[in-house]
Amino acid sequence: MIELSGVTKEFIKPSGEVHTVLKNINLTIPKGEFVSIVGPTGCGKSTTLSLIAGFEQPSAGEVYILGEELQGMNPKAACVFQTENTFPWKTVIDNVSLGLRLRGVSKSESYDEARKWIARVGLKGFEGYYPSQLSGGMRKRVALAQCLIVQPEILLMDESFSALDVHTRHLMENELLRIWEETSASVFFITHDLEEAIALSDRVIVLTAGPGATVKGDYKIDFPRPRNVAEISFDPAFMKIHKQIWEDLKDEVMISYENANKLRVKSS
Amino acid sequence: MRTQTNSVSNPVNDTVVLRKAEVRRQAINLRIRNLSLQWSVFIVLMGTWQILSSNKIIDPFFFSSPFDIVKHIWTWVVDGTTAGPLYVQFLVTFEETILSFILGGIAGIIFGYLLGVNELLSVILGPYIKMINAIPRVVLVPIFILWFGLGMSSKVASGLVLTFFIVFFNAFQGVREVDRNLVNNARLLGATKRQLARHVIIPSALTWILSSLHTSFGFALIGAVVGEFVGATEGLGYLIAQAQGAFDTIGVFAGMVILSITALVADWGVSKLEKRFIAWRHIRQ
Repeated sequence: MIELSGVTKEFIKPSGEVHTVLKNINLTIPKGEFVSIVGPTGCGKSTTLSLIAGFEQPSAGEVYILGEELQGMNPKAACVFQTENTFPWKTVIDNVSLGLRLRGVSKSESYDEARKWIARVGLKGFEGYYPSQLSGGMRKRVALAQCLIVQPEILLMDESFSALDVHTRHLMENELLRIWEETSASVFFITHDLEEAIALSDRVIVLTAGPGATVKGDYKIDFPRPRNVAEISFDPAFMKIHKQIWEDLKDEVMISYENANKLRVKSS
Repeated sequence: MRTQTNSVSNPVNDTVVLRKAEVRRQAINLRIRNLSLQWSVFIVLMGTWQILSSNKIIDPFFFSSPFDIVKHIWTWVVDGTTAGPLYVQFLVTFEETILSFILGGIAGIIFGYLLGVNELLSVILGPYIKMINAIPRVVLVPIFILWFGLGMSSKVASGLVLTFFIVFFNAFQGVREVDRNLVNNARLLGATKRQLARHVIIPSALTWILSSLHTSFGFALIGAVVGEFVGATEGLGYLIAQAQGAFDTIGVFAGMVILSITALVADWGVSKLEKRFIAWRHIRQ
């Protein structure tokens, strides 16, 4: 479904230096798999997502979607961002139906479809509201409906729930799993929260600390579905795998912390 | 009806109703206070001016007085001005202002949008625009009168250049400030360039553009009046210039009062327009 083959991403800094964000990433995500990607801050998780979405092109290597090399925007993907997905000047129903409208579906037809999705994410009755009138959790629901209405084969999520409080987050995670299980979409889920990653995923990928981040670990999570995100963390098996991945992640977090400190000493 | 009978029997509801009435009364009191303060500032200022002027503490020839100004406006309304009926002067200036406002606004939005989305164009044209913007536009007015004559078009041109730059810079900035995530989101959802403009960039820039319209209407008016000042055969600016030529300070002040009322009314109109176009910003619960 998604294949990253030898992907490297470099930026030229204003000072002229070359900054390597990702180095030689090889990763294959099969159809319908829920994959989380964890790593220390600034390691290039979001950059990986940008490459899969097609916002940016890799400096070296290729991104394949369904066996075809990706050029430009990825037409199979939709993305829930960390901050805002919703267009503040559009009502909930206009936000949700946007993807269909852009594809040339008639207004009445896309509104009918949007109403179904709004009900599915639990926002029935809020069709005429503007995003500013909704809470953060409700806006995330709108974002989810906005993405899923176009029936993407790839759902990209960039720390989508990290701005929510714990209870809303658990609620949203359960909703996400419930809705996702009805689809056959692959999910590429970025998070800094290891617990969230394990609770949701079929697979957790650990990236090394940047610059030049690459894949460090690749863990299968085979807990039965459907899962309850709020309760799964009490399972002894959960704690075991959590400990195992954390051992891996911990070193990288320390490296990234030391790098940040070094920079601070240098600049002061 | 049912809720009313309930509220009588229910003491909790009673206090809620009372509190609501209390809050409403406070709001009304606050409005009365603000309005009366605003009016008292007006009365004190005008009163002082009138008293100083009628007691010859300040020279009425140079400073006029509120009463004389009102009287002067009244004679203009009743008997007409030296250039014809007052409403014609008003309409002429108003038409010039509206025309230059609309044309300058449209041109500003189009150019602001183009340079905002097109990196190359903004790099090439940026320095020139900055250079033209640095010229005090009022010096262009004599040239416009030479080019377009004493009629309406020279005034529209001078109002237009003033309006254009304000709207242009705001539209440009508005296009540049669009949230990257929203743009990416729309592109990923399948938006073409045109759809991106229509659904994301223009609505987002509209906040900036509309706020610039407030200031730019004032500038359109300035353009028209200054144009009439320099060379015209009718209009409010022409009236003021004529009064000035005849050492008629009352006439100058009277023209100023009419202009400021025009500006106030226009500002109110633009506010209405703003509310209509960016309703989503004003709805809060």
